[in-house]
Amino acid sequence: MDFVTRGFQGRPRGRDERLPPGQYLTGDFPVLSAGPTPGVDHDEWELWVATEDGTRHTWSWQELMALPAETVTVDIHCVTSWSKLDTEWRGVSLDTLLADVETAADFALVHSYGGYTTNLPLEDLLDGQAWVAYAYDGDDLRPEHGGPARLLVPHLYFWKSAKWVRGIELMLEDSPGFWEQLGYHDYGDPWREQRYQGD
Amino acid sequence: MTLVLDVDGWPGHLPGQHVDVRLTAPDGYTATRSYSVSAPERANRVELTVQRVPDGEVSGFLADGLAVGDAVRLRGPVGGWFVWRPGQPGPVLLVAGGSGVVPVMAMLRARDVGSPPFRLVYSVRDPDDVIYRDELAAIAATDGADVHLVHTRRAPDGDARPTGRLRETDLVAAGWGGDDPPTCYVCGPTGFVESAADLLVGLGHAADRIRTERFGPSGP
Repeated sequence: MDFVTRGFQGRPRGRDERLPPGQYLTGDFPVLSAGPTPGVDHDEWELWVATEDGTRHTWSWQELMALPAETVTVDIHCVTSWSKLDTEWRGVSLDTLLADVETAADFALVHSYGGYTTNLPLEDLLDGQAWVAYAYDGDDLRPEHGGPARLLVPHLYFWKSAKWVRGIELMLEDSPGFWEQLGYHDYGDPWREQRYQGD
Repeated sequence: MTLVLDVDGWPGHLPGQHVDVRLTAPDGYTATRSYSVSAPERANRVELTVQRVPDGEVSGFLADGLAVGDAVRLRGPVGGWFVWRPGQPGPVLLVAGGSGVVPVMAMLRARDVGSPPFRLVYSVRDPDDVIYRDELAAIAATDGADVHLVHTRRAPDGDARPTGRLRETDLVAAGWGGDDPPTCYVCGPTGFVESAADLLVGLGHAADRIRTERFGPSGP
């Protein structure tokens, strides 16, 4: 239980029910990443899904563009405490990408151009909860925000929405990703404030 | 402004890590922000340098509302990537923009006689914006760290470098690095970090030796 900070009132507030605990609203779109922004041309871009038995499915940029796309408006929540409401993205649902993938896996390790990884349960990628997004607010997704394409899993803290996504490894066992090995929570539910290990 | 906090049972931290500061109002409302630790571990003492953000809910309170002896809730240390571990091999290139100098200052301050060479490239708008000015001058004058200031708008009289944004020549120094590639730490506002990291990649630094941290009102 937190003690009251002497003299602290905070901003005037009507409690916004769309804001998870400990989050504040931002109007801009901050950028966080661990290294340089990788430049990936559409010609060289490829997305792969690998299953636990080594089967590989791949999509070129043209193949991704040919898949049915969805425009979604979602709230996003960063572990560094900012949230942004009603962000508009366009991309391909993971339900579409994984429709013909045969797997018994329960976990996914997502890989990015540049070497970043993040892990999440496979069920969190399904049932209309996750997309490979390539447009933001009506424009091509800019490189610093993860373009050409990033994962979008808005119901988890935003480090799970891997920028510059290049592959999804489906696995029988959970395996921690980049930030998860460095003390961040394995699952990252903003509504339960799962920021760090032990939350 | 720099805050010095005494924390019972502090587990210690590495240079470059940050902490979460959480303020709680009487009705239970909380506000949390991340701040970099600006000095290496000293007993239970945690030193934070906080940039005051216009209309900042937390930084404004820390600047104006907090008195000596008051308690705040601290969580951390956080972050295991943007850190320099004393004893880690190889030279260190620090590239900071504005208040992004705070976590790399903790790295500079953590050096000892056996540490590898350090170089700090620090970009500011004008000479008045330099944080830790006297200490940086002392470091540059006396021991194994090189400090290079980049002034984007106005330089002090006699500065040979024309004003302007960080460029490739700022990141190259004669007799430094050489065959022993440095680990690079880049911290600052997003635009600065993007451009500095791109310049480093262009100069041949391996992407996996460039660690970045964005700094600003909405980031950590």
